[in-house]
Amino acid sequence: MSGVISNGQETLRLVLDEQQQMLRSTVRQFVDQHAPVGRLRTLRDSRDARGFSADIWRDMAGLGWLGIQLPEEHDGLGLGFFDLAVVLEQCGRRLMPEPLVSTLLLGAQALLLGGDEAQRATLLPAIAGGEKLVTLAFDERGARGDARRGKASASRVEGGFVLNGIKTGVLDAHVADLLVVSAKVGHTLGLFLVDPASPGVKVTRHVALDLRNAGTVTLADVRVGPEAVLGGLDGLAYGGAVLDRVLDRARIGLAAEMLGAMEQAFEDTMAYLKERVQFDRPLGSFQALQHRAARLYTSIALARSAVLAAARTVDTSTDPREVAKLAALAKVRASEAFYDVAREAIQMHGGIGMTDEHDIGFYLKRAQTTLVSFGTNDELRARWAELNGY
Amino acid sequence: MTEAGESAELREFRAEMRAFMLEQAPVSLRGTSPSGPFDGYWGGKLHPPVDPDVLRWRDVALARGLTAPTWAKPYGGAGLTYEHAKVFYDEMRVLGLPRPVVGFGFAMIGPTLLQFGNEAQKREHLPKICAGEVRWCQGYSEPNAGSDLANVQLSCEPDGDEHFILNGQKVWTSHADRSDWIFCLVRSDRRAKKQSGITFILVDMRSAGVTPRKIELISGASPFCETFFENVRVPRANVVGEINAGWTVAKALLGHERAMIGQSIGRDPGSTQRELVHLARKHLDAPEGPLPDPLLRDRVAAVSMEEAAFQLTLDRLAQTRAAGGPGHESSIMKIVATELKQRRFEAGMALAGAEGLGWEGDGFDAEDLAYTREWLRSRANTIEGGSSEIQLNIIAKQVLGLPEAKG
Repeated sequence: MSGVISNGQETLRLVLDEQQQMLRSTVRQFVDQHAPVGRLRTLRDSRDARGFSADIWRDMAGLGWLGIQLPEEHDGLGLGFFDLAVVLEQCGRRLMPEPLVSTLLLGAQALLLGGDEAQRATLLPAIAGGEKLVTLAFDERGARGDARRGKASASRVEGGFVLNGIKTGVLDAHVADLLVVSAKVGHTLGLFLVDPASPGVKVTRHVALDLRNAGTVTLADVRVGPEAVLGGLDGLAYGGAVLDRVLDRARIGLAAEMLGAMEQAFEDTMAYLKERVQFDRPLGSFQALQHRAARLYTSIALARSAVLAAARTVDTSTDPREVAKLAALAKVRASEAFYDVAREAIQMHGGIGMTDEHDIGFYLKRAQTTLVSFGTNDELRARWAELNGY
Repeated sequence: MTEAGESAELREFRAEMRAFMLEQAPVSLRGTSPSGPFDGYWGGKLHPPVDPDVLRWRDVALARGLTAPTWAKPYGGAGLTYEHAKVFYDEMRVLGLPRPVVGFGFAMIGPTLLQFGNEAQKREHLPKICAGEVRWCQGYSEPNAGSDLANVQLSCEPDGDEHFILNGQKVWTSHADRSDWIFCLVRSDRRAKKQSGITFILVDMRSAGVTPRKIELISGASPFCETFFENVRVPRANVVGEINAGWTVAKALLGHERAMIGQSIGRDPGSTQRELVHLARKHLDAPEGPLPDPLLRDRVAAVSMEEAAFQLTLDRLAQTRAAGGPGHESSIMKIVATELKQRRFEAGMALAGAEGLGWEGDGFDAEDLAYTREWLRSRANTIEGGSSEIQLNIIAKQVLGLPEAKG
């Protein structure tokens, strides 16, 4: 339990230890060297089939980062979610389109929280090794991110289930080796492991605003066996609870990425304010801009605290409600700050900031996308209120 | 309380502090106060009569140097590290105990003397602060020196080799009518550039010619005073730092003041949310369950989440400092704390609606009347102690390194 949020039981560690600081600078160097933001333009304009770099993904697997939080018995490094957040923050700086959110946040967390021994043992090592991409298909048109409002269904049949439905906004659907699909089984929500090559599965790739990759998955009478239920048949009883916890972790991990992104956009903007001269003085000498810059800096600092606390709580708390509160907090504070930073970054860059040629615009696109991913600010404030009993 | 990953030594210290408080802190004080730097006994010779248990708590804490836990023992402190002091405050918070003595002595002049005072000044003043024997007030602002603080004009002329004579006026001297000593910025050289002719000097409020007068604010009665100096004779030995070099001392003290204001609003975690939910339940007539007005509920959640982010930031910065990390982010705390407080009162006033429109007397309940006064008072928070605009200037120039405007 976090003392800050609830009743004073524990103070969360909100600083990086030496090892984590080293990790941060190693990842940062890697990202700066291999993943410039301009890549997004090239991938978009060349209509790259994959939409990200397989080499980078393989290198990250080799460096151990894909399995950083996964248990050692499944070929991971056995570190914490906090360490994963350290990696994600740095990847976020350059808006990396690699399948970090789909595979490390959605797929891997679903397996960690809901998978049975066999499922974990087969799939987690493949994730850590960069061999398999796993994503989560939970949203539908009109459901606004709430799988319980979705229509996708799983009917029991002899020898398993038949799945039907249309899942939208499925991250990296076009390259996923495995889909974790939410579907209603009577009145409960089940999570099913579906091979996208199965008969009846159709994946349509989207070109998304922020150039992260996503698609629509259509399931038409897709047959799966009982072993496809996440956590085995017993897992049917708690599919909804697992999904909630997975999405809370996704909120936190995404917020960590957003933190990196807003910091980079802010640093780039400050550098521009110092170098760009108008009226014979640097733009940054105008108080009208200075005060706005100082306010952005302040929002970033608060977002950072919320994100670090949330990531730490995943590792220290056994109470999913506590994690849920901090997930809402981290996501809302990061969304607000990131959007403000990205909007102001363009305004402060002026005309050049509006051009496709300049990288800063990619940050606004990512900010808008993340703002509505895994819960809008309104929805998450309502969730916070509910979790706090009002 | 425990802290994940706390060392065995700290855990032992935590247990020791808890045992000390359970044994020696008067039971009547438990659960009475959030332990901010302003909540508790202010001390001083002019303090109105006080509950004997308050003095007993002061005495037992003082005996262990715990009224100023991080100050060195010769000056009345306990010589604790910041980490240990935080454990002490944590444990006080668990029992709801107030700090044994509070005030500007601890939060402003004490740390400044530790940094800039000479040995005689430290030995003279610090133990009396620790004991709550002397209460201090701040003589900074003047009628023509608000945000432009370096424009202080209160004159300081030599009187023989050993004394100065002070003439002029200070304003916004909080609690001057209750204080024993005042630390002042005075103009000691009128020919020098603004910042270079200022001296930082300590004045006994009982000196002949010092007259405090109370100021009433838009919220009604207030702790603020204006303080007049008419041919006040002060020993040269009371100058802190060098003559005409008071601006450096002044700025360091402002840093302590900002930190104090930030902390003082770092209240009991979650208290803002509890307060707003209480007001919502009362004014929306909704004793339980989800609040019936979704927009007001959203507003309560938004302010509460800001509170949580702020509290976490206080924790994070304390840990960063303890780990010897850079402290530049602390420059944001004053502005965040004060604006959060204002948003809290604005949300509370929105919840109160027409019940919040009383000034005094019948027809309104006491809690609502007091709340409205506090809402008004909160407007001062972004003005006093360096206005928000000044804070933004500091962040922009000193942290972000944005260039100065050409004059």
